[in-house]
Amino acid sequence: MKKLLLGDFAVARGAYEAGVRVATAYPGTPSTEITEELSKYPEVYSEWSPNEKVAAEVAIGSSIHGARTIVSMKHVGLNVASDPLFTAAYTGVNGGLVFAVADDPSMFSSQNEQDTRLIARAANIPVLEPSDSAEAKEFTVLAFELSEKYDTPVILRLTTRVAHSQSMVELCDREEKELIPYEKNIGKYVMMPANAIKRHVAVEERLVKMSEDFNGMEINRAEYRSKELGIITAGGVYQYVREAVPEASVLKLGTVYPLPYEKIKEFAGKVKRCIVVEELEPHIEGLIKLHGINVEGKNIFGRQGEFSVNIIREKLTGKAPKTTKADVPARPPVLCAGCPHRGVFYTLKKMKLNVMGDIGCYTLGAIPPLGAIDTTVCMGASIGMAIGADKADPEAHKKTVAVIGDSTFVHSGITGLVDAVYNKANVTVIILDNRTTGMTGHQNNPANGKRITGEATYELDLTALCEAVGARSVTTVDPYDLKEFEKAVKNALEEEGASVIISKRPCVLLTKKLYKGFTVTDECKNCKACMKLGCPAISSTEEGVKIDISLCTECGLCQKVCKFGAIKSREDK
Amino acid sequence: MDILIAGVGGQGTLLASRVLGKYALDNGLDCKLSEVHGMSQRGGSVITFVRIGKDIYSPVIDTGCADMVIAFEKLEALRYAHYLKEDGIMLYSSQEIMPMPVVTGVCKYPTDIEERLPKNKHAVDALKLAEKAGNSKAANSVMLGALTKLMKLDKEKMRKALMESIPQKLSEINEKAFEYGYNA
Repeated sequence: MKKLLLGDFAVARGAYEAGVRVATAYPGTPSTEITEELSKYPEVYSEWSPNEKVAAEVAIGSSIHGARTIVSMKHVGLNVASDPLFTAAYTGVNGGLVFAVADDPSMFSSQNEQDTRLIARAANIPVLEPSDSAEAKEFTVLAFELSEKYDTPVILRLTTRVAHSQSMVELCDREEKELIPYEKNIGKYVMMPANAIKRHVAVEERLVKMSEDFNGMEINRAEYRSKELGIITAGGVYQYVREAVPEASVLKLGTVYPLPYEKIKEFAGKVKRCIVVEELEPHIEGLIKLHGINVEGKNIFGRQGEFSVNIIREKLTGKAPKTTKADVPARPPVLCAGCPHRGVFYTLKKMKLNVMGDIGCYTLGAIPPLGAIDTTVCMGASIGMAIGADKADPEAHKKTVAVIGDSTFVHSGITGLVDAVYNKANVTVIILDNRTTGMTGHQNNPANGKRITGEATYELDLTALCEAVGARSVTTVDPYDLKEFEKAVKNALEEEGASVIISKRPCVLLTKKLYKGFTVTDECKNCKACMKLGCPAISSTEEGVKIDISLCTECGLCQKVCKFGAIKSREDK
Repeated sequence: MDILIAGVGGQGTLLASRVLGKYALDNGLDCKLSEVHGMSQRGGSVITFVRIGKDIYSPVIDTGCADMVIAFEKLEALRYAHYLKEDGIMLYSSQEIMPMPVVTGVCKYPTDIEERLPKNKHAVDALKLAEKAGNSKAANSVMLGALTKLMKLDKEKMRKALMESIPQKLSEINEKAFEYGYNA
């Protein structure tokens, strides 16, 4: 049966068909849907792990105990998982082990544009890169076979365009894989120096062998057309190349690490001009040049952003449609109407505090008019950075807070809080507990008491946890209650040591309620105090302030900041 | 046939593109869709690409290449008008949603959008027609109806693709909305 599938779903389908038994992940755009989809198959055990490092470790354990296993993450998630990854390269696998890693060229939903292929190289791990959904499924199955054949974890590298595009996929049945019996093997699985020294040799031999074998693989395909121009490319970029320069010969690489040098040499020898077209870093180009094969690449194409048919056509032929983009007001993403984070950022801005931010929907608290956030670096950084501020400037803690989401706190905020207490830092940590992992599309997490399948489980008690690690005080407040929230922040800032405020209210998108919406009455003096909330439901027009009832969720913040009582429920009016 | 669907995060542009994908599949055509998930969905400007035909490579439509732009919001119509090829069709909803820089008074919502849009344009009051059909969220179906007429697609097959893409309890409202759009 043929089906139109999202790239991520195709990876999930491939894993299912390959007989995967265990799937782990921490949600991250654009990789989230792989594990979400796998959780629907009863044959597969799937989990949201607290972070990518744990997800990878569960996956390595599962592989060593004989199950085909997939662990999925976004590119920056691989940084978190890279500690286990680098050594799993040495231990090798038992059941096939695949890391599905999604890069985000153009940063549609990320804090940087790093290239997973470079990490794979540093870790000596082979990489397959599909160019559409059909290949995403096919390469996933192949990745498990290669993993078992060469005794190595395999990275399946996706990019946003492949992960979040839909194209046709032929579905097959699942092939059940028996558990491969686990055998104790201290030399292979205990990576202490004496053993690791030997395994490092095996890792190098394996790479050389793979590079040779990959020359004969069908997924490394030379398509000969013009003798004038030859393009070496891989992944989603292949699709752009075929459309931009249909006459060019193309060497499409399915294995982007290690590279099939013999095949590349042969291809380059048959064309007059050979150009590597790859997004982000000059990974393929650099390795090819190291092997003494003469190619062009980043002298023509940049390292930033995703490519397109137009970009490639223009660079290679000088032709592209001439279009003019209309000059119109931007429409940046915003915190939703009724978002519980709004009250938090409104208050922090009003108090003129420095806000060490973190990764999640609440990063949008940096956008005007709220503009409340000072920094965003990585998952969990808010707490460590607040400690750093305190250690650098003993006065800083009086005007600095860290804000971090519930899921992000569990991911990598807990250790930061331990550090704060252990090293006697003065910090105020605000945990934005909206009962979900919001930005990636509402995944369950350890703090909301539900597993990936929706099954009930132990609900991590954030208050007890913070108290147990030694926080001086832990206060829970409803962020819709602006007065109480401000009072809690003031108290926390005055305290010595680490204070935690849990701002607790579910994400407004989780409450599927129909609202009548608020309205602005004649008492409005057009002072625009409510506009400081940055609520998308409120706008300032020539006839005064208006509330869009299709967006309003009656959160009541605007009523609370209005000094004239001009905002009323539509029922009371 | 290359169609760009533009809107504001939360308006349901993903459903419209998936219905078109289903329509292509039912007609035995190749199809590629490209979507944006994540941060920009939170009230930001969102686009999805739909490419239907034979031997499609890129899932993305480039500027100056779209046969049609469907915009669920007027300002978004103008923002993506340059994706149209010279004789391409602009189908847009006359609904206006203020972006944050307008809300906060940094800039004004343009009043001359209609004049600046390409010649071959069709406005539909999708929100009003959806409300008339029973729910403002059915604006999606109104736009699909209008698109089916403009692109001379198979009405029955499109209706079927739509019905199979939504929960059954909403089928009556969406069927009406689709019909209003087709006749708009």
